[in-house]
Amino acid sequence: MRVIYALWLRQLKRYFRARSRIVGAVGQPLLFLLALGYGLGSVFKQAGHGNYLHFLVPGIMAQTVLFSAVFFGINIIFDRQFGFLKETLVAPVSRLKIMLGSALGGATTSVMQGILVFLIALCLGFRPYNWAMLPVALVVLAMLSVALTSFSSGVGSIVNDFQGFQAINQFLIFPLYFLSGALYPLTSAPTALRIIADLNPISYAVDALRASLINQSHYGYARDFLALTITMVVLVVFGVYRFRKIQA
Amino acid sequence: MSESAILLDHVSKKFGDVQAVNNISLDVHKGEVFAFLGPNGAGKSTTIKMLTTLLKPTSGTLTLAGYNVARAQDKARKAFGIVFQDPSVDDELTAYENMQLHAVLYGIPKAEINGRISKLLDLVELSERQTSPVKTFSGGMKRRLEIARGLLHQPQILFLDEPTLGLDTQTRKLLWNYVQKMNHDNGMTIFFTTHYIEEAEMVADRIAIIDHGSIVTIGTTKELTKQTGTKTLEEAYLQLTGKEIRDEAASAGDRSRLRHRARGSR
Repeated sequence: MRVIYALWLRQLKRYFRARSRIVGAVGQPLLFLLALGYGLGSVFKQAGHGNYLHFLVPGIMAQTVLFSAVFFGINIIFDRQFGFLKETLVAPVSRLKIMLGSALGGATTSVMQGILVFLIALCLGFRPYNWAMLPVALVVLAMLSVALTSFSSGVGSIVNDFQGFQAINQFLIFPLYFLSGALYPLTSAPTALRIIADLNPISYAVDALRASLINQSHYGYARDFLALTITMVVLVVFGVYRFRKIQA
Repeated sequence: MSESAILLDHVSKKFGDVQAVNNISLDVHKGEVFAFLGPNGAGKSTTIKMLTTLLKPTSGTLTLAGYNVARAQDKARKAFGIVFQDPSVDDELTAYENMQLHAVLYGIPKAEINGRISKLLDLVELSERQTSPVKTFSGGMKRRLEIARGLLHQPQILFLDEPTLGLDTQTRKLLWNYVQKMNHDNGMTIFFTTHYIEEAEMVADRIAIIDHGSIVTIGTTKELTKQTGTKTLEEAYLQLTGKEIRDEAASAGDRSRLRHRARGSR
């Protein structure tokens, strides 16, 4: 436990010491909230769906976690190229602990980014329908973060240059994001889009966030959490498995 | 017969079709200062990586302080400290935090951590900078920090992979002083690689020369100069390994590090 905690703490220290990175990572979601939230707000209302900004906030929180958690794997490549990874790999600790400690650290910072977006949304007038449901939203953010940091650690273990990592991520992140229902209601989406969303794990995270924050759900909690749990287990196993295979 | 600290028994490593290390056997005694020399791409780094559990050998066994590296991996890992060729400290953390993290990774009892860290940072003269982020350190300071860190868990064996590369003369001298002190005072076995042959001549009890993945010769400076009929270790080395220049294939990691250096990393 000491080892996992120490590596977790390392990620947090690195996060808080790079303040510019925090600001940068929040800038993009803020832009989405303002441009889309206000830009499309009236159209959304006319279509009879209510307040678009409120609808959008859970989606943008998921987006923030998605982007920052998937980006986490770059740390593994960074640690590998600039040496620190070796320090951990020759230490008398299991790879499992090293990977879990770092990934949990990355997941924690991703959740914090998500919370930051939530706070910004509050300033823009967003209110959850029931504050007591906020912990559920946090659990969803946490599960999504753990799944994605593990996934990206796995990718970071396979690919060993930044460009390759970026290419894989760009190729994955944007489709996952745009096809998740983060920006539009799935209920009234065309069938093809809905089927794709059904296969996309991000959809369930977005849906569970929406359920807990604005009491709107397409799938229902049971399906959401089942899908999230399966995704998390599969991706953690993938991440650990790939990380174990690293040879320096 | 003195006891072995490092034992390689018919060790080979293949990367695809490339035979990086070819059936080498080596016996380094406890308390010995041992130099491992060879041109670029001769198999030095691969050997050190196998000894330090970063790579698995294709065949053969490696033993550190009596522990089989493959079977008693964690015990073997506790037995050695290493200073890598490239810095392996976390730049964003302070010197003290880097040491602390190492202490936790090696399971050093909580009560001892602070005392040991202060003592070692004193030894390498970094006490005053212990709360500065490592990214503000010069190359020499980083290397000193890495040595202190490598000694923190009181290993029986210390590996140094080109420890003096890129350092000024003063720092190089200082570094060998620490290392020799550790060897004298604690009987620590030292295993190092270097391209500065005169350093090997100065500090090593015995020298092994590796080329094209095989051990060319092992012996004291005296034995090697006698064997080749030369005056200095450097001449002996050149005679044994030839004068042509070797090209080493660079990995993606190396290329990126070079770019990083070229951009003027601190």
